[in-house]
Amino acid sequence: MSSKTAEFPAIWIAGAACSGCSVSLLNTIYPSIQNVLVDPVLPGKHISLTFHATVMAGQGEPVLRAVHDTAQKKPGGYILVVDGSIPTGEDGLYCTIGELEGKHVTMKDMVEELARDALCVIAVGTCAAFGGIPKGSPNPTGAKSVMEFFKDEGITKPLVNISGCPPHPDWMVGTIAYILLKGIPGEDEVDEKLRPLAFFGKLIHDNCPRRAYFDAGQFARHTSEPGCLYEIGCKGPYTYADCPTRHWNNGVNWCIGAGAQCIGCVEPDFIDTFEPLFQKIDETSMDRFKIKTR
Amino acid sequence: MSTKITIDPLTRIEGHMKIEATVDNGAVNDAHCSGTLFRGFEIILKGRDPRDAQRITQRVCGVCPAIHCTAATLNLDSAFGIAGSVPDNGRILRNLVLGANYLQSHVLHFYHLAALDYVDVTACKNYQGKDRELNSVKDFIERGELAPFTPRYEGDYRFDEETNQVLVKHYLEAFEIRRLAQEMLTLFGGKMPHNATIVPGGITEHPTVDKIAGFLWRLNKIKDFIDNTYIPDVVAAAKTYSDYLKIGNGPGNFLSYGVFDLDGSSSDYTKRDRLFAQGAVEGLSTFKELDTESITESIHHSWYDGEDGIHPSQEDTLPNARKKEGYSWLRSPRYEGKVYEVGPLARWVVSYFAGVKEVKNLLDSAMGDLGVGPEDLNSVCGRHLARALDAKVVADNMAGWLLELVPGEPVCAEYELPQEASGMGIVDGPRGALGHWIKIKDGVIDRYQLVVPTTWNGSPRDERGQPGPMEQSIMGTEIKDAENPYEIVRIARSFDPCLACSVHTVTINGERLGKLRVV
Repeated sequence: MSSKTAEFPAIWIAGAACSGCSVSLLNTIYPSIQNVLVDPVLPGKHISLTFHATVMAGQGEPVLRAVHDTAQKKPGGYILVVDGSIPTGEDGLYCTIGELEGKHVTMKDMVEELARDALCVIAVGTCAAFGGIPKGSPNPTGAKSVMEFFKDEGITKPLVNISGCPPHPDWMVGTIAYILLKGIPGEDEVDEKLRPLAFFGKLIHDNCPRRAYFDAGQFARHTSEPGCLYEIGCKGPYTYADCPTRHWNNGVNWCIGAGAQCIGCVEPDFIDTFEPLFQKIDETSMDRFKIKTR
Repeated sequence: MSTKITIDPLTRIEGHMKIEATVDNGAVNDAHCSGTLFRGFEIILKGRDPRDAQRITQRVCGVCPAIHCTAATLNLDSAFGIAGSVPDNGRILRNLVLGANYLQSHVLHFYHLAALDYVDVTACKNYQGKDRELNSVKDFIERGELAPFTPRYEGDYRFDEETNQVLVKHYLEAFEIRRLAQEMLTLFGGKMPHNATIVPGGITEHPTVDKIAGFLWRLNKIKDFIDNTYIPDVVAAAKTYSDYLKIGNGPGNFLSYGVFDLDGSSSDYTKRDRLFAQGAVEGLSTFKELDTESITESIHHSWYDGEDGIHPSQEDTLPNARKKEGYSWLRSPRYEGKVYEVGPLARWVVSYFAGVKEVKNLLDSAMGDLGVGPEDLNSVCGRHLARALDAKVVADNMAGWLLELVPGEPVCAEYELPQEASGMGIVDGPRGALGHWIKIKDGVIDRYQLVVPTTWNGSPRDERGQPGPMEQSIMGTEIKDAENPYEIVRIARSFDPCLACSVHTVTINGERLGKLRVV
């Protein structure tokens, strides 16, 4: 039985990140994280996590060699997961992943080299997908999203963005399962920002349980009050994600459900355009959205 | 003969870290710790709405976001003049959110970050029992692709086969327990990582009876795991690896800001009644009241321009990647100019000397069980033990706090945004003393500084040449096998480093970097 299981190596590298995406992945329920690490995540298909700095047993040069070996042995056969944005200032020195043969390996160089032979690249989290907070003005480290970095470096490789600060574990596991089952999502299955429509297809505002307050013009003036949170900065009207129906952490709650404004953490506008987070957005700055309050 | 050991990346920690050690005649005579990621949060915060600081700063770290938003909101509460007026419901709910993050962080640290240095997963290849999960690990081993459990250091796994199998089972159970702690937090926090509800003045979520009951029963399950699995496993590790009660001595000075406000009426955080006490203990003997004016940071060996010995409230972040004397982007925080360790061990030592009864009783009893004295706590196993006991006391108290909530009563105080103000938020997180300082000018952030636990513990040498706590605890250690230097990684991980938190970290040697060659 075990001989029939195909191994899909995955290399997860973190750049200008906070580990929140990894911690969110640990929160997956079905499959559980032990299912993801140890069991075939789909019948006959096992993800072999070759490199993940927070989880793996080894350290130092041997773990970088393991990445090197995987890339050599299985060109076109591994999934590259990038978490965090890619600092490009100071020739990439703001983020080094380790030392190989006595020399630093920068995040920038590692992504560039590993992307070339990957089956596909998954940018996990808003930092990897769009730049996130590290790219926030004045972007002190020259942080770039994977998409932007690929464009600037001329790398063409199938890329899927799973944004979110952090992304919901279902979005990550679901996308990986999709790739194992059906291959890389086609153009009609992702939005223009390369996010799977299955998770990022609907506006939070359209599915918000407080929508009736918005339609009736009943707005909260302070946090912890009932009413629509739009006037105190909720970014639900500008944010595409299935949080209102999926909910978080085994479905027990979510930001607006807990009385907190949506801060739009899955969008490219997070963080600069959506600031200040607790003030109503200047609608003229967001002309692609046609939101009108009463 | 001198051997240089470089461990880069140091894995199973939060973030990017490198350790260099020089070994002479079998012992480390020099050690340098560096972080290898710089994001510049403090520079990014400048000019933004002050209220956004607690959303942005918790994204410094996805493992311990709740402590950053706690420190940030305490900081904003003080700047907005409402530090003494957070309603009890708000204070308690903040404690419960933070407490839940403590439990997830400590369980994650021992089982998923530290344990693989002591537990041999491959022992499951001979498993003969019927446990479904251990059999799935056995199947996994038989398939032959052992990532992420190999490659690894080899040669010092000391538990017998059966004990290893039991501990692998606990490793897997701990995944579910830490996940449950996040789920519990979410009841009042909205989501995790990066909760949504803690705001200046209190919290946005309301305590309802169903949420209180749901929280309590998740907590009961986690408490059961802490009492009957986590603490016994830590004690078993301390007995099997008893030499690690002598290995990894830090500076012997301990600092804690205290944590879990039991009364919110005082706006002076250094005097507030907290579950764990504020204070400093020097040389495991002298207790001193916390004086935040004694906190300074030096940049002598850090890649910054500026002056040494500056109070955090007066600091600017002026990176200088080519500074000659620098070898790290971590600064060197010092207390009264001296090197202090922070973290669960420091918190426990400070509370022990401050006479916190619950801490004293539990620690005396644990030391009795192990047959060790207070001096042995300043070690690898001492840090793990303090962390496990910390989880127990936090969990036990959370159960009581839950019942103090009053559904229907306010959760949040109102406030006016000041045009000019300054603030300070100090509180102990899972990894130790965390301070946020803010200066508001023209209604926006003019200056924001964070001094985080791993900056204390992982700091480089200061202007007096004093190495940081981690460096000190690695120096002098005997290394049995330079190819598999277990001692160094076990010492480093006992501090539970969080490099993303120590935002100023990078090592720049000014040399052209090699590219990773693939294909």
